[in-house]
Amino acid sequence: MFSSPFQTLVTSASGFLLLLCPCLVVADSPYQTSDAFLDEVFIDDVPAPQVIWLKGEVKETTADILGHAYPGIRIRYWGKDNRTAWVLEEVGKTQPITVGLVVNADGLESLRVLAFRESRGWEVRYPFFTDQFPGTRLTTGNKLDRNIDGISGATLSVRALKKLARLALYLHQQTVKVDDPTS
Amino acid sequence: MKRKFLSTLASACLLVGSQYVQADRANGQHATPSIEQLWEIIQSQQAEIEALKKEQQETAQQAADADEKAEAAVVAVEEVDAKTAGVASWVDKTTIGGYGELHYQNIEGEDNDLDLHRFVLFFGHEFTDSIRFFSEFEIEHDIAGEGQKGEVEVEQAYVEFDLRDNLQAKGGVFLLPVGILNETHEPATFYGVERNDVESIIIPSTWWEGGAALNGYLDNGISWDLAITSGLEMPTTGDNAFRVRSGRQKVSEATANNLAYTGRLKYTGIPGLELAGTVNYQSNATQSNNDGLNEGILYETHAIYQHGAFGLRALYARWNFNGSAVSAAGDDNQYGWYVEPSYRPWEKVGLYTRYEKLYGARDQDQFDQWEVGANFWPHPDVVLKADYRSRNVDANSSGADDFDAFDLGIGYQF
Repeated sequence: MFSSPFQTLVTSASGFLLLLCPCLVVADSPYQTSDAFLDEVFIDDVPAPQVIWLKGEVKETTADILGHAYPGIRIRYWGKDNRTAWVLEEVGKTQPITVGLVVNADGLESLRVLAFRESRGWEVRYPFFTDQFPGTRLTTGNKLDRNIDGISGATLSVRALKKLARLALYLHQQTVKVDDPTS
Repeated sequence: MKRKFLSTLASACLLVGSQYVQADRANGQHATPSIEQLWEIIQSQQAEIEALKKEQQETAQQAADADEKAEAAVVAVEEVDAKTAGVASWVDKTTIGGYGELHYQNIEGEDNDLDLHRFVLFFGHEFTDSIRFFSEFEIEHDIAGEGQKGEVEVEQAYVEFDLRDNLQAKGGVFLLPVGILNETHEPATFYGVERNDVESIIIPSTWWEGGAALNGYLDNGISWDLAITSGLEMPTTGDNAFRVRSGRQKVSEATANNLAYTGRLKYTGIPGLELAGTVNYQSNATQSNNDGLNEGILYETHAIYQHGAFGLRALYARWNFNGSAVSAAGDDNQYGWYVEPSYRPWEKVGLYTRYEKLYGARDQDQFDQWEVGANFWPHPDVVLKADYRSRNVDANSSGADDFDAFDLGIGYQF
């Protein structure tokens, strides 16, 4: 194919450029900030944040959904007119994935990946994957009521997003219980 | 609240008044209280109202104080978390994971075998949001060292940079982007105790090299990879002559006279579907000239489809080598393919069958094989496996025999 000196020159130069260019430009992350996400959800009229305390049954169910205890004693959310927004994190394979979720009375309204730090599984960021979630509800066992097709090579990232969808739906139910004067 | 309070007060007035009336009646006195008596009643009630008001204010104050203290305590806890973030940041930014698998093999005509095939630890560190390190440290066959059967290997050790939201670069030792299992091979993610043979004999998984790579992806699910790496150093003589797997240098003082180039195009735009193709070009597959083996090109393509309980994997890979010696040996074309349908009747149970056809360099690497088996996942990260294989070698010879076998395995990842 190539003569040896030419090949050495080309490959060395290519390799050098490949290694050099990251030092010159690195991406900003996340893809969308939490504030921008909330502005979009509530159309620039973001309600004051509220909190749900992780105690008793809520704490136990949260740990059951995630497979581990949530790292905190309360979770912040934003709610208006039986519609709540959540910014939650869960580790995929090794790194936390930050996800914005909106729940309304009809179930999960939207799920958006705000920051993704894993080396593989980037597909879960995009609508061709996340479009499977809107309309999803919880079953009585706190499972999703529909199948979410996975991504080969991104099993753990997909699993993390499914857990967060379940968690947001469950927590939304708890906020409705708290707000309901008849309860 | 106010209405409730007034209502309670009116009730109290009626009650006290009626008590006076009843007491007077009982004493045979006149039923209507005097003005003095009424004044006394009002004063008494006023005192009670004042006492209730004071009590209510104190209760409200106590509740407010309790709320304030609770909020202060939570804020303090969160502030402590923030203050110790510097101490904890290294821990938070450093990740550890791993996987392992133990195999039992019962192969016809051979001794039964129990082997801790792999025990792997991952170590990762995030320098910034866009620069991270990842490594994979592996012990194969339990014990490594002189005279032992095992090996200690660093299969991955690279630094990755996010150049854009959809563009990354990495440099170091990494897994080549080829096939289904080479990059994702945790035991809970595939069927079969042992990995399929095509991705062992034709694609020499686990296949890692040192070098640099770029990968990018588009919103529609198309992604691409380009890599410049160290290359193979395949033997041209002996029992393993022209065997691809024996050509891996494992980045151990690897001869790098002639580099290799890898490109992959992948489509995952439909959930559950993956279509991919890889070309790997070895500019000199032995790293030296005039030995009868020069260039080599690997073509690989595969499809994965998973929808609900049904799954299908299919892969084809082929090497074309150039050189007089490799052509004379009939090893200039080495190829293999497999098809693997699967069905998961329950969340924790999966069944599969696989047919493989291989044509590798050695006699024992030229065969077709049927395999059936099952996976049981008691936990998503833990798997128990069982399978049965029936291999039909193209040409039986010493060390290349037909056989039936069954295998058991346990695997885990964390």
